[in-house]
Amino acid sequence: MSKLLEVKDLSVAFKTYSGEVQAVRGIDFDLKKGETLAIVGESGSGKSVTTKAITQLLPKPQGYIKTGEILFEGEDITKYTTKQMQKLRGKDISTVFQDPMTSLNPTMKVGKQIAEGLIKHRKMSKSQAKDKTIELLELVGIPQPETRLNQYPHQFSGGMRQRAVVAIALACNPKILIADEPTTALDVTIQAQILELMKDIQREMDSAIIFITHDLGVVANVADRVAVMYAGKIVEIGTADDIFYNPKHPYTWGLLGSMPTLDDDEEELFAIPGSPPDMLNPPKGDAFAPRNRFALEIDTQMEPPMFKVSDSHYAATWLLHEHAPKIEPPESVQRRMQGFASMDDRKDGEE
Amino acid sequence: MENEKVLEVKNLQKHFKLGRKSVVKAVNDISFDIYKGETFGLVGESGCGKSTTGRTIIRLHDATGGDVIFNNENVHEKKSKKELLKLNRKMQMIFQDPSSSLNPKMTVMDIVAEGIDIHKLAKNEEDRKQRVQELLETVGLNKEHATRFPHEFSGGQRQRIGIARALAVEPDFIIADEPISALDVSIQAQVVNLLRRLQRDQNLTYLFIAHDLSMVKYISDRIGVMYFGNMVELAESDELYRNPLHPYTKSLLSAIPLPDPDYERYRKRVSYDPTGHDTTEEPEFREVTPGHWVRCTTKEFEQYKKELASK
Amino acid sequence: MATNHHNNEPPKELFVPHERKEDTSEQISKPSRSFFQDARRTFFKNKAAVLSVILMIIIIIMSIIGPYFNDYGMDDQDLSRAKMPPRAPVLENVPFLGLEGTLQSNFRGETVEEATENAVMRYDNAEEYIDINVLSEGDGSDDSAEVEATYNIYEAKDMQDQYFWLGTDQLGRDQWTRIWLGTRVSLIIAFVAAAIDLLIGVAYGGISGYYGGRVDNIMQRILEILIGIPNLVVIFLLLVVLEPGIMSIVLALTITGWTGMARIVRGEVLKQKNEEYVLAARTLGQSNGKIIRKHLMPNVAGIIIINTMFTIPSAIFFEAFLSFIGLGIAPPEASLGALIDAGFKVFRLYPYMVLWPAILISVIMITFNLIGDGLRDAFDPKMHK
Repeated sequence: MSKLLEVKDLSVAFKTYSGEVQAVRGIDFDLKKGETLAIVGESGSGKSVTTKAITQLLPKPQGYIKTGEILFEGEDITKYTTKQMQKLRGKDISTVFQDPMTSLNPTMKVGKQIAEGLIKHRKMSKSQAKDKTIELLELVGIPQPETRLNQYPHQFSGGMRQRAVVAIALACNPKILIADEPTTALDVTIQAQILELMKDIQREMDSAIIFITHDLGVVANVADRVAVMYAGKIVEIGTADDIFYNPKHPYTWGLLGSMPTLDDDEEELFAIPGSPPDMLNPPKGDAFAPRNRFALEIDTQMEPPMFKVSDSHYAATWLLHEHAPKIEPPESVQRRMQGFASMDDRKDGEE
Repeated sequence: MENEKVLEVKNLQKHFKLGRKSVVKAVNDISFDIYKGETFGLVGESGCGKSTTGRTIIRLHDATGGDVIFNNENVHEKKSKKELLKLNRKMQMIFQDPSSSLNPKMTVMDIVAEGIDIHKLAKNEEDRKQRVQELLETVGLNKEHATRFPHEFSGGQRQRIGIARALAVEPDFIIADEPISALDVSIQAQVVNLLRRLQRDQNLTYLFIAHDLSMVKYISDRIGVMYFGNMVELAESDELYRNPLHPYTKSLLSAIPLPDPDYERYRKRVSYDPTGHDTTEEPEFREVTPGHWVRCTTKEFEQYKKELASK
Repeated sequence: MATNHHNNEPPKELFVPHERKEDTSEQISKPSRSFFQDARRTFFKNKAAVLSVILMIIIIIMSIIGPYFNDYGMDDQDLSRAKMPPRAPVLENVPFLGLEGTLQSNFRGETVEEATENAVMRYDNAEEYIDINVLSEGDGSDDSAEVEATYNIYEAKDMQDQYFWLGTDQLGRDQWTRIWLGTRVSLIIAFVAAAIDLLIGVAYGGISGYYGGRVDNIMQRILEILIGIPNLVVIFLLLVVLEPGIMSIVLALTITGWTGMARIVRGEVLKQKNEEYVLAARTLGQSNGKIIRKHLMPNVAGIIIINTMFTIPSAIFFEAFLSFIGLGIAPPEASLGALIDAGFKVFRLYPYMVLWPAILISVIMITFNLIGDGLRDAFDPKMHK
């Protein structure tokens, strides 16, 4: 499969009164056609900033790309002008944001908001755009699209609104869909529906999706590949199976250990202690070391490079170095690596 | 769990008036008991009235109908100032939003000490300071944090400051109103671990309100599921997870995303269709097996009984 | 399985579990700063606001000491020195400043002589003190000739030793003295208006918002009625029983001036009282008084201060407007509005009379607005970066 998007050594910083916040510190990843890449991390880990850098929606003038290239179909889009970028954002890369309430214009009919992009970027006539809008609303599972078209966002429920936002994002058949925590503000049952919707759409339109979330459950549901971010760096990247069944980085262990299993009562969850570091002055060595109970002496001195685990799986931890002591993930995490569901017989879901 | 009841909620109702005619029945006749030392989980989606229930129990709202009995005293009766203070000491609350639950203009010291000041628990300034520092250490923060302001902390740290504030008055019963839903998963685990440790050490009783069924399942002994102001199912948490009866509970359970790609690939989701119920009969809250209650009609009741018996 | 390619291979002995000396996972490395420290810093970064504060301080000081810079009093009438143009020592020698103490204008006529005659007639027939500069010879037709006449009025009146820095008015009173006294009156009214806003507006809005329900309902209806009465009508009614002056303006402001503040405070209190930190204080058993004092007041203080800053210029303008239409400050008292009114009547002949009070009132209003803007940014946490 060809690489649709390649991010090389990307660093993003924010200028603030007290100094420069290193939000993203040299990350590399790529995105192939039709795949879903999930970026997981805590708030402040730089996952949202990464996608904002890709779409050049960083808050100006504080945020800027320090180093690195972002290649979209082989072209470096960091050098694009504002005009070129607008065109790219409208047509090839679109974004679904977290809060469906604020990403829709409350004073504009939903149908018009969807048609806007069609008319502008795909040069459709008004009636063509209307037909296409109805088609899109049907696609995202909004019943009675002809009447819904003429309603305002406040007449939609939360889940319906997010569906409308997805419809807007899909209007121009984007090659890449960036979903920035699209389900965090929604209830679980609605979340499940939106996730199903996104998967269906991907199957149909063959778009690539970058999915940002802090919830590993959601990741397991949608992702083909997963990048785990911590303190502005990718600490582990691999296929979903690599990350969930064979995690190598202690941070990933912590994330898995933080999720309760549904069928047994452990005394304590294997949580990650402490708080994320202050990216104004990132700690020396491995940024995760102060919260890592498996930290080595070397972690306080040097930052670990990416170690290769397999062709698809890389992790940045000294534990993978040949001299490192053999440390196994804690028992509770190992149990989760066997799979949450296999502990139980209900593999096929609810009856 | 044959234990003494800490809290009895009887036919609690809370309606909000929106203008002349429309009334929102946020809480519509719900009843449950909470026993000493247990964690009672209350789940449901946004707008189902779970937070209103919590706030009405602690008198932030006046009840429209029904009673709340806490330690054999009716919470909603007229009370003297002294009685109210006594109630406030024994029942405390942890709030949802770590960014708005702390006064931005006060230092952590003053925030945590607020309850100590109100109930005059400190002998002098030195004692007050000492108590605050101990509380901060209990929730895993350092005493150096006391002089700082809320905006300097991360979400998880702020939530722990909120917990320290509630603990300051040495309560028996804590209402945790979605204490983890605004936090990252890794931080959620920290807070849940902390709550469980505190429960063990200080023999606390919790009412844990959340929309995330997996965490609620983990922390709770018994769970009540709410849907549009009604309690639709109540059972011990394992029983509820293994044998959900109400279709809404089933749909909630099937929607929990698990961090297991294989499972996620093959799972089937059940969606809840509220029109599927028999509307000729007003449903009632009935005990299907001991301790397992479901809101159902007589016909559904028989069906649920059979369903459980066949398992 | 580790295949890493970097030149300086890390020393082997470092691959041992890290011994933690102290728990640094919860450390906050940023220096501690309170909200108000942040606010102050943001404010001082705003150059326009800081400049406005400096200007404002200068104006306030001048309104206190300015009238005593020369010996003329506020009400020293002397018709013989009426309408003297501005003349300042030293600066009179600098052309283009308009402080030479001369009147200058262009006159037209059929011929140069006629134009000159017009000029002399206009300037008290004091021919020997008028310098004529011919601009256009003319061809005999109407108004074709033009001369520029400069009238040395201080010499003509034998007052070379006198200096009226900003000239005099129609009654021969020193403008400098009157302008600063007028500023004083305007500022007093402004600060009284601000005080009324703070006292009545904040209390009214605070009570209405905090207690809510029926109390709020009734108080809001009263407020709506008050807002419905135009200020001008209140003033007219007051003038039936009172003399025009500071008192009647202040009373008018007392009756209706605080409504805007009351609305804003009510809105903010309504918002803040449902914030979780207030609910937390209530569950802890905090009394209403303390909740208002400890929690609500510090958190609505910002918006109150900002709104006060915007009330002041509108009060100044209200006074100026009333004085301008003759309902405000009565002579011989001066206020910026009254001065502008007086100057406006002779604007074409003696522009200096309206110029200086107009500049001053504009500067005062702009500075207060800029300070208000600066404070609004300072109290907005989003600007603390």
